[in-house]
Amino acid sequence: MELLVNNAATYCYTGGKAYDAAKPTVVFIHGVLHDHSVWILQTRYLANHGWNVLAVDLPGHCRSAGEAPSSVEEAAAFVGALLDAAGVKRAALVGHSWGSLIALEAAARLKDRVSHLVLVGTAFPMKVSPQLLEASLNEPEKAMKMVNVFSRSTLAAPPSALGPGTWVYGGSLALNRRVLRSNTAVNVFHRGFKACDSYANGETAIAQITCPVLFLLGEQDQMTQPAAARGLINKATASGKQVKTVTLPVGHHQMGETPDDTLFAIRSFLAT
Amino acid sequence: MPGYSDPGFDTLALHAGAAPDPTTGARAVPIHLTTSFVFESSDHAAALFNLERAGHVYSRISNPTNAVLEQRVAALEGGIGAITTASGQAALHLCIATLMGAGSHIVASTALYGGSQNLLHYTMRRFGIDTTFVKPGDVDGWRAAVRPNTKLFFGETVGNPGLDVLDIPTVSAIAHEAGVPLLVDSTLTSPWLMKPFEHGADLVYHSATKFLSGHGTVIGGIVVDAGSFDWARSHATSGKFAELATPYEGFHNMVFTEESTVGAFLLRARREGLRDFGACMSPHSAWLILQGIETLSLRMERHMHNTQKVVEFLASQPFVSRVGHPLLATHPSHALAQKLLPRGAGSVFSFDMKGNREQGKKFIETLKVFSHLANVGDCRSLVIHPATTTHFRMTDEALAAGGITQGTIRLSIGLEDADDLIDDLKRALKAAEKAGV
Repeated sequence: MELLVNNAATYCYTGGKAYDAAKPTVVFIHGVLHDHSVWILQTRYLANHGWNVLAVDLPGHCRSAGEAPSSVEEAAAFVGALLDAAGVKRAALVGHSWGSLIALEAAARLKDRVSHLVLVGTAFPMKVSPQLLEASLNEPEKAMKMVNVFSRSTLAAPPSALGPGTWVYGGSLALNRRVLRSNTAVNVFHRGFKACDSYANGETAIAQITCPVLFLLGEQDQMTQPAAARGLINKATASGKQVKTVTLPVGHHQMGETPDDTLFAIRSFLAT
Repeated sequence: MPGYSDPGFDTLALHAGAAPDPTTGARAVPIHLTTSFVFESSDHAAALFNLERAGHVYSRISNPTNAVLEQRVAALEGGIGAITTASGQAALHLCIATLMGAGSHIVASTALYGGSQNLLHYTMRRFGIDTTFVKPGDVDGWRAAVRPNTKLFFGETVGNPGLDVLDIPTVSAIAHEAGVPLLVDSTLTSPWLMKPFEHGADLVYHSATKFLSGHGTVIGGIVVDAGSFDWARSHATSGKFAELATPYEGFHNMVFTEESTVGAFLLRARREGLRDFGACMSPHSAWLILQGIETLSLRMERHMHNTQKVVEFLASQPFVSRVGHPLLATHPSHALAQKLLPRGAGSVFSFDMKGNREQGKKFIETLKVFSHLANVGDCRSLVIHPATTTHFRMTDEALAAGGITQGTIRLSIGLEDADDLIDDLKRALKAAEKAGV
């Protein structure tokens, strides 16, 4: 469905179901050079099992208009505006990679409006190597290949999103290219990476959230290595948050390479 | 640098899509000869049917063995995924039937396999889908053939059997200007010789019967999607792709372009095309094709080596009036082949002998190493007379447009010793020449 957020047309995939105010809501936030479609299986399942799903295309990405966010904070403010525009009083937030930082910052700001926080493939700080940052600006094709090589954990994913016969590496690369092409005004690749790289409020934000948090990590993730989430996990635990950590035998393509395990972890957490 | 995480062509040819079987430890890909797959629960069943979870339901739609082949060819082509089909022709039909219905129009190359030409010229017209044929090198012709209802451009990487090389960068640019995708039949080149997606094609299909399987043992096809064509954007301006960009009542009112930004075509092709038309591949066939792909690069290298030797031999024979291979500077696609096909333009080509029809017959019947049959891309060398076999339904005019005459002989060069192939051809040419005396 399309919402008007900050005066910009904003696309949210709803899993094929109309929004129902009586149901709880989950907002899915994608990472750099992704869009709503990376959540296809998890969102479609939840939409058919008692949840409203709003899998958003961030501003300036694919189907959504507006200025692409330059910082995690700017994107987090957008998430609050999205909830307002959709008339959602309270929602669970699920974010992947850059989207996990956006979800984290939004949860810290929105406090009780957030019922659950799921951080998939997260790290803090989420530093991007200078070489990759530079390549994302000047040699995006090369940088996209690097990102997908770092994200892959297997040459033989089991039935994966979209389903049997999908080559996850190729699918992700094609999506990256499409998202990059979708915004002719700015390089959303470089802008997204810069936003990840410069975000400094992670540990403060995790201490400010008021909801349970799930860390959903990839054992073989070379983009956001599990060890890089340790600081956030420790801080959340030390702050007395309800913390759950699930580590899957997968890389950074969690939703694509292990769609079922990713779904089950999210489903189980949302039920708490 | 290719390595575990960034594997090269040969590693992908052996490993993409397959891991040791988690249950038995089997290293080779198991053949899953089962029609159906047990559901874990009612919820699991419903979720699979509603595309909420990935998995196998019924082997007409998907099968674990076929899925390995699909991932493998997608990896080799640089695509996002693939669908195996009963044959190459089933693959072509699946592409057309997924993208259009009655009232639609295709622009296609004249240099097509006879079966494809027949499908477009006769059979699809019966279902209301019209085709305009354009010579592959006629750039203005491709552009001029576009109509408001055009939904697809279609050609072969190298035309069968004249080996006219399709200028994919140019033709795909014209297709994209017109807001339609370019579908390419890559059967004769295989991804070892050319990856059409790197040049601008949007969809590729193979008759996997040929070089992919490589041993003349199995019939099969496969469609690969680059994930590059923006169906939603094109539909928004032209209204041409309602099949992908508007709710489909036949499958949960799904809008395929919303479900998957890059995989809409494959979603509909599998969920509708395989489900309703049913031209699926047997898992046993998929396994045989996988065995072939494991040695694809080794075989293709030898095919190219032998082809070069045979082409050089034929070009030196006074009784041969024309050798139609882009290796030769006289071939109209010589320059384009050097650019797009640096490893070679394939091992299936034609040549014309001097002499009459009876001499042609004598030539074919004298051959001992070459087998006279209707196939190409076998590890064994093959020969056929297109005008009376593969292209026999075509008029003289259509044959000429495809670069075929009554005296054209098509060869598919196999993996035998090159000297033996040349000896065989030498004897047959001599016999044919004598038959005219």
